[in-house]
Amino acid sequence: MLSKEIRSYFPILNQEINGHPLVYLDSGATSQKPVQVIEAIKKYYEFENSNVHRGVHTLGNRATESYEGAREKVRKFMNAKSTQEIIFTRGTTTSINTVAQSYGRANVKEGDEIVITHMEHHSNIIPWQQLAKETGATLKYIDLEADGTLSLEKVSATITDKTKIVSIVYVSNVLGTMNPIKEITQIAHEHGAIMVVDGAQAAPHLKLDVQNLDCDFLAFSGHKMCGPTGIGVLYGKQALLEKMEPIEFGGEMIDFVGLYESTWKELPWKFEGGTPIIAGAIGLAAAIDFLEEIGLDEIEKHEHELATYAMDKMLTIEGLTIYGPNDPSKRAGIVTFNLDDVHPHDVATVLDMSGIAVRAGHHCAQPLMKWLQCTATARASFYLYNTEEDIDRLVAGLRTTKEYFNDAF
Amino acid sequence: MPSNNLDQLYRQVIMDHYKNPRNKGSIEDGALTIDMNNPTCGDRIHLTLQVEDGVVQNAKFDGEGCSISMSSASMMTQAVKGKKIDEALQLSHIFSDMMLGKEYDDSIDLGDIEALNGVAKFPARIKCATLAWKAMEKGVSEEQQQN
Repeated sequence: MLSKEIRSYFPILNQEINGHPLVYLDSGATSQKPVQVIEAIKKYYEFENSNVHRGVHTLGNRATESYEGAREKVRKFMNAKSTQEIIFTRGTTTSINTVAQSYGRANVKEGDEIVITHMEHHSNIIPWQQLAKETGATLKYIDLEADGTLSLEKVSATITDKTKIVSIVYVSNVLGTMNPIKEITQIAHEHGAIMVVDGAQAAPHLKLDVQNLDCDFLAFSGHKMCGPTGIGVLYGKQALLEKMEPIEFGGEMIDFVGLYESTWKELPWKFEGGTPIIAGAIGLAAAIDFLEEIGLDEIEKHEHELATYAMDKMLTIEGLTIYGPNDPSKRAGIVTFNLDDVHPHDVATVLDMSGIAVRAGHHCAQPLMKWLQCTATARASFYLYNTEEDIDRLVAGLRTTKEYFNDAF
Repeated sequence: MPSNNLDQLYRQVIMDHYKNPRNKGSIEDGALTIDMNNPTCGDRIHLTLQVEDGVVQNAKFDGEGCSISMSSASMMTQAVKGKKIDEALQLSHIFSDMMLGKEYDDSIDLGDIEALNGVAKFPARIKCATLAWKAMEKGVSEEQQQN
């Protein structure tokens, strides 16, 4: 377990909600932000704020150095070969859409296949649905095992020589399943397909290494990993990005502009049209510093321990169902559940009245809900600032909820 | 322990409608059919209304959702049955005011619906309570426009 002192870096956690100390178990939706990140953004606006890549003046240089410094930090964080492979975006959704619209439109045609799974977030479904509709390609789903994991046999059976793009989530935002991305990438490459990874739930919780995974693209968001909202990353292999057209055109991304023709800047800037998300990138860099100081391996271990503890305790509640792998070592710090026939909204409201924040609903994964045969679930997701006491509070809250709905009426 | 606010939200009459929904099902022939969902949470309602001579003769619902959305649907069908379209819409406006925490017209007997007034204190749940009413409004408005 990580030290409880980590909590003290998160000012928001030090408050009461509905008369109870806050227990925040919704980091899967967005994480809280440490003072280090809040201060970095404040410092930028107080001492450096200026537009990047154009100012001759000192502030312009400071802002550019900080922004490009953030890119180098991200490169190291995910072990990319070059900063030219790191594109700042608005978040995972924009990153995946960039691949679908730029790479996809140029390389996918009628009769081709795009392969995803039943456990994808909407942000890794709809861009491909749209691409399939536009191009006449077929969208195929890899079926899940009963425990919500992927088997490489089914992956191999679904990907064919017609497959051009395979796009799969690294860590499921509902089931917590950690997928064998390296092995799937290998299968995709054997068939000449590219591999896209939705890393939104992976980047906050485990050590990324894009060279080891050998994936072609990987997308993630800053706000789920202690960074601010509005900043995300698209990693792409340089050889692929070089050949791709931008999807946004305007300032910042151009080289020469004529009346009827223009040329683009080199990588990565050709994909960053308009004034970039400077403060966001700087905040993300501060978040990376913060996470690396604690250690991603330590964070992953902490979450496994919490998930194990939570599953043990929660399963002592009669009528509670947990979705996803039973083996906690196969999952990240995400526990999705239902309590008897109490609707997850009602569960979440009763917990909220005890100061406990959980997510309730379809978690932006309607096809997965269909696969689980439920319309909604409740989800507790853990991060580095959560403790066993938080889980004890959750379990007590769930017992209260059960009594309240089953006995009181 | 659950607070007073919770007891205000989950009154016994609400839980009764949730566990024993009135007018559950679907009217088969010649009925107005409205399907609505709440995309943020997955709640959905399938509402069928039989409107004759400007009067809601029958109302039935099917769907999936939390105690608030399903009990509200049950109460709504109960309330609008036998009402003229104008009266049904008026009830819906009163209900909407109630959800927004506004002063609402209490000259009309709201019956069971009154029990839902605690929802106003839970902003995240207002959409649950109004789903069935929005479906009803949509249905009768279309009927009105056609005639």
